[in-house]
Amino acid sequence: MTAADVAIVGGGLMGAATAFFLRRRGLSVVLLERDLVGSHASGTNFGNVRRQGRFLPQLPLANLSREIWGRLPDLIGDDAEFLPSGHIRVAFREADAARLEAYAREARPHGLELELVSGNALRMRFPFLSPEARMASYSPHDGHANPRLAAPAFARAARREGAIVHENAEVLSITKSAEDFLVETSIGRFRAPLLQVSAGAWGGRLAAAFGEPVPITPHGPQMAVTEPVRYRIEPVMGIASEVVEEGVYLRQVKRGNIVFGGGVRSEASLDTKRARLDPLNTLRQLPQVARLLPAMRALSVIRSWSGVEGYMRDDIPVMGPSAKVAGLFYAFGFCGHGFQLGPGVGATMAELIATGGTGVPIEPFHISRFATAEGNTR
Amino acid sequence: MTGLLHRVGETGRSAVRIVVDGAEVAALEGDTLLVALLTAGARLRESEFGDGPRAGFCLMGACQDCWVWTEEGGRLRACSTPVASGMRVVTRGAPWPRP
Amino acid sequence: MAAPVVVVGAGPAGIRAAERLVEAGLCPVLVEEGARDGGQIYRRQPPGFTRGPEALYGSEAAKATALHAAAEALRPRLDWRPETLVWAVRDGALLVHSAGRGESLPYAALILATGATDRVMPLPGWTLPGVASLGGAQIALKAQACTIGARPVFLGTGPLLYLVAWQYVKAGAAVQAVLDTSPFASRVAALPWMMARPALVARGAAYTMALRRAGVRIATGVTPIAVEGEDRVAALRWRDAAGRDCRTDCDAVGLGYGLRSETQLADLARCDFAFDAGARQWLPVTDEDGRASVQGVYLAGDGAQVRGADAAELAGRLAACAALRDLGVAVDEAEMVHLRRRLMPMTRFRRGLERAFPWPAHLAAALPDEALVCRCEAITAGELRRAGGEYGAPEVNRAKAFSRTGMGRCQGRMCGPAAAEILAAARGMPIEAAGRLRGAAPVKPLPVLTEAAP
Repeated sequence: MTAADVAIVGGGLMGAATAFFLRRRGLSVVLLERDLVGSHASGTNFGNVRRQGRFLPQLPLANLSREIWGRLPDLIGDDAEFLPSGHIRVAFREADAARLEAYAREARPHGLELELVSGNALRMRFPFLSPEARMASYSPHDGHANPRLAAPAFARAARREGAIVHENAEVLSITKSAEDFLVETSIGRFRAPLLQVSAGAWGGRLAAAFGEPVPITPHGPQMAVTEPVRYRIEPVMGIASEVVEEGVYLRQVKRGNIVFGGGVRSEASLDTKRARLDPLNTLRQLPQVARLLPAMRALSVIRSWSGVEGYMRDDIPVMGPSAKVAGLFYAFGFCGHGFQLGPGVGATMAELIATGGTGVPIEPFHISRFATAEGNTR
Repeated sequence: MTGLLHRVGETGRSAVRIVVDGAEVAALEGDTLLVALLTAGARLRESEFGDGPRAGFCLMGACQDCWVWTEEGGRLRACSTPVASGMRVVTRGAPWPRP
Repeated sequence: MAAPVVVVGAGPAGIRAAERLVEAGLCPVLVEEGARDGGQIYRRQPPGFTRGPEALYGSEAAKATALHAAAEALRPRLDWRPETLVWAVRDGALLVHSAGRGESLPYAALILATGATDRVMPLPGWTLPGVASLGGAQIALKAQACTIGARPVFLGTGPLLYLVAWQYVKAGAAVQAVLDTSPFASRVAALPWMMARPALVARGAAYTMALRRAGVRIATGVTPIAVEGEDRVAALRWRDAAGRDCRTDCDAVGLGYGLRSETQLADLARCDFAFDAGARQWLPVTDEDGRASVQGVYLAGDGAQVRGADAAELAGRLAACAALRDLGVAVDEAEMVHLRRRLMPMTRFRRGLERAFPWPAHLAAALPDEALVCRCEAITAGELRRAGGEYGAPEVNRAKAFSRTGMGRCQGRMCGPAAAEILAAARGMPIEAAGRLRGAAPVKPLPVLTEAAP
């Protein structure tokens, strides 16, 4: 039996970052990952380090996270290929442009400055954009990073700081005694007075086992990447649209490939642990990405993938203390927008677990919002 | 400089002219673009990652190492594309993105 | 209308499978990525070329001609789809791409006859212009009447090494050397299996003798060191069986260590795979008739297991029989028994080839850190080892995620087998523990401009 101050169930970006920051605060940590660290949603997402467009009350957390992204080399000895190359949301319709304007106005008090660019200025600033584009909302300090690297880099750093990190450790049961959580896993038993559930799409099952069911559904993002070409497209870009199929986004990595995704999501299975990419969705994405970035028309797609993400009914995560069980904390169900938040979630959860409070507000994400009859029936 | 590939027969086919890096090159009808380029020269493209020239490898559509750029910024897999009169390709400097 | 039976690949296995389906009164779809039928082994030269079958296919001319004739006879009786790439598989349908259009092609049964490509062990300099796969060297000659160089070296192992070298000699190339990594002793030890097909053993020996008579240097038990040259091949450095360093001037290198099955589509169709210790490869699991683990999916030819063209013709027909039977069409058991029986010595011979010309797994550990492993992404052996070491990747997909090995245009076709060996050697684990690269759509690059059919 291994004992620690905190046991973390789920070694995605949230769990790995929490483990790292808990060690920085001096707590002993055991991180239990069923598969490999960051191999599901954390490792298969688009890699957006984007703040604009988020649920406004989430911006303080996103701002904190953005600040940590910039310090990754100092903090964890790895930049996870973070590139603060800017992010633009592009509107093709008047109504979408109006929404960008409204968002920019509303985001400012939350500490996010966005620049709206249209007309000739748009052609000058972003000459690679489609001539049909009406307006771009530019967030100069956002960018992108490599999702395959981020969570494992946090886990390695956590380990260097003294955390115990176990991969291929499937949790079989969790029980709560008077003082401790007892975690039975496929590789042994662990005991800790504090427990964090950061099990992504699988978080709902664990929360339900603690009497806190939540409406969560797994889906798979539809990701693909082109062959490499000269690095010319700095900002991450996405189409701002209410039409689901149009909602594609893309980024060029420094090595040259253009990663894209968005539109319709595929089904995913918690039992097989796989989300199958639907190749028809790739076909649906192609005209949209070519519309956004016409130079892509020359290129070929060389790979596609998906992963299991957990989506809450209200499209915002579950984060904070349990409403029912003392010593239990949640950080899961990030609805496909958790990658940017990861480092900030780790820092904030560690702060919450270590001190009982947080510097940035996280109340909107509390699990109690589902604690109604309606929520319990899903 | 001599070409990489050497013709050892079937030379009675009619000539096809293509333009490679701005210079006219003579090929034969029925050539793949790869053969047209590599009987005249010794490269198809630059590696995107700075490790030098490439000239394909598998010659049968599997390795994907022979994608060349047309002057217009299009992509052709040289080993499986028949040469056609008037093709204009570049083996140095990818024309992407188009201005 | 019910979905058709779809055959992918118009080589020996695919053509014979389609032929058997047509005999049963079906109208199958035959999808082929290339422009013409024949596969790589019996690949046809383009229109306008004049060499006869003897010149193109040598001892196999009659078989090639018969297969081409069979394919032509079938043409009006099936749905022939040349120049069509199957790029993904989805719930009982293939996603195909042809002439800029994407289409979904539902199937009642799917027979995959996707063939094989060269299995390659990298060496420093193998991306230099002038280095081609052994199969590629043969295709250049067969389909384009070109040699890969005037003074080539052939390096690798397997019967194809000697056959291609001899074909080059006949074509007038000054072959500088045939360098085989397998020791001669392993060929002797493999004889009990190889003698399952004595005619092939005799033919292999004849090529070797002919090469010697032509004055070509043949060395067995060699260790490749590096291909040298500035912007193209200038020489090959290697070590002979006695440990002496050698340098052979040349202008081209044909490189190949046997074949590896093209299994991406089987993977995308969610077929189970198992590690085949003899081949040292992960292969789709099939029963002896070619049924995969997924109902309605069948595998035949070198794409299922590398047994060569003769076996592919039989296995294609057998897989079609199995598919027909599973679809409720009566098939005479005697026909299937006969096909299975004829395949047995070919399976035994394959096991002999694996022993006689083993994949040189031991070279992986010695590959220098600076050597490129993944051609597409230009990833070195050192980067791959770091993924397995410092980053702790326990198998190839994780190593790919960290290092990008196998992540490029070819999806790991070229580097996959070697990458697994390098990772296994670096981590001191058995090769089967290194796993296999999972397939992903598109199987080959898909143009962004692909227009979806309505």
